Amino acid sequence: MAEAKTHELVVSVSPHVRGKETVGRIMWTVNLSLLPAFLMSVYYFGPRAVYVTGLCILTSVLFEHFYQVSLNKKTTIGDGSAFLTGLLLGLNLPASSPFYIPIIGSLVAVVITKLLFGGLGYNIFNPALIGRAFLLVSFPKLLTTWTEPTAKFIAMDAKTTATPLGILKEEGLVKLMEVFGTKAELYKSLFMGSTAGSLGETSAIALLVGAVLLLVRGYITWHIPVSFVATVGVLGWVFGGEGIFTGDPLIHILSGGLILGAFFMATDYVTGPSVRKGQLIYGIGCGAITMLIRLRFSRGRNVCYITDELFCPAYRQER
Amino acid sequence: MSANTKSNWELLKNGMFGENTIFRMAISLCPSIAVTNGLKNGVALGVAVVFVQTMVNITVSLIRSFIHPKIRIPIFMLIIAGYVTIIDMLMSTYARPIYAQIGLYIQIIVAFASIFARAEVFASKNRLIPSAIDGLGMGIGFLLAMIVISFFRELLGKGELFGYSLISGNPLLIMILPAGGFLAVGLLMGFFNWVDMRFFGGKGASGV
Repeated sequence: MAEAKTHELVVSVSPHVRGKETVGRIMWTVNLSLLPAFLMSVYYFGPRAVYVTGLCILTSVLFEHFYQVSLNKKTTIGDGSAFLTGLLLGLNLPASSPFYIPIIGSLVAVVITKLLFGGLGYNIFNPALIGRAFLLVSFPKLLTTWTEPTAKFIAMDAKTTATPLGILKEEGLVKLMEVFGTKAELYKSLFMGSTAGSLGETSAIALLVGAVLLLVRGYITWHIPVSFVATVGVLGWVFGGEGIFTGDPLIHILSGGLILGAFFMATDYVTGPSVRKGQLIYGIGCGAITMLIRLRFSRGRNVCYITDELFCPAYRQER
Repeated sequence: MSANTKSNWELLKNGMFGENTIFRMAISLCPSIAVTNGLKNGVALGVAVVFVQTMVNITVSLIRSFIHPKIRIPIFMLIIAGYVTIIDMLMSTYARPIYAQIGLYIQIIVAFASIFARAEVFASKNRLIPSAIDGLGMGIGFLLAMIVISFFRELLGKGELFGYSLISGNPLLIMILPAGGFLAVGLLMGFFNWVDMRFFGGKGASGV
């Protein structure tokens, strides 16, 4: 390297100016930004949402605390990262999950994926994603039993139903139109979140509100989410329909957990790339693999981040 | 030609724990993931390996002074392949249901690093009795590892042991899939390293 490039990290001799940002501050802000999505899930799925998400958070924090205490390490539950893992995991589970699903998910996410690899900053995969992937492979039936959102606070007569993406894949666009009526109705349901799905992934508007907070604070940049969403849109338009260039990009962007994944999971500091160009490629890669899986395979989207995270060191090299 | 100085009991123990094929040497990991989705399969392969390992060590030790060093590797290969063929034929005749599931891995015993390594580093330099005991110990070490891994995988993944149902409800399906094999081997290796460091003052397996 003959000349230093402008975007390279330069560390000079002390004294340094210390920023106010800490890991805890960032993590708690991310937690706060997921609050709208959580409130929407409570609105649509009732007490089950509080129960599932709360159990995830509680067990994540407890597992992290007891692991670190039992190894005579300083407990790091105060920095909010275990809380965030629990919250993300909870928002990725169906409302009907029985009690052992959050507990096993937290154990895998926090202890195996994060702490056994050395703790926050050393994990090679996003803990919440591995937790969910583990659960999906272990309990495929329970993890794909979706409850119909009722928007009544006491949702006792919960019906199970298919997600919009499930209907689109199994029975085609015509059937989806029958269920929702007009296209505008469908977009509205997807945007507001009154469709079946995981707790936190159904409401695009609530997720976007939180994402704006993160963008304004500068905790995430637009590169990963925008390239991710754009790739899904383009590929949905080209390959999503009956013939080529007839697909509906908006259905693919708004449905499933795409918004949640693009803004809150793919932007994970630890497991995503930190260089701008790498982030763009990472987003495009995530989008491409998401659409490949959506259109050709039956498993959920989180496989794609995991695959993409594997390539992450390569993206870091990209300058 | 470094002759063995350990007692027979130490040799047996060394194969079972000190240089356990899977948890200490981290070799022959392929079958430890492939056939450990049930105790029955794991035990069957373990027993086959005990037989092959012991017989190969005995044979190599007996003919060690007749083998020219330059062609020792093909000779070891032939000996191993001979015993693997014997156990392969025996199992395909007398244990057909198990053989149908793990037959391929019985044949692959030919390529096991652990068997070849013991023939090369131990049996070709030592007398009959120590070599036989070393082979037995190594084989039993492999068998024990297979039992431990497949115990957890079958119990968690199917809620069964030896095919008998123990736990009802939803088992952790992932544990009988290949991914669960990696998880089980990794976590158990970590656990045995911890035991070794905590209680026996060891340094833990390096995995090299």
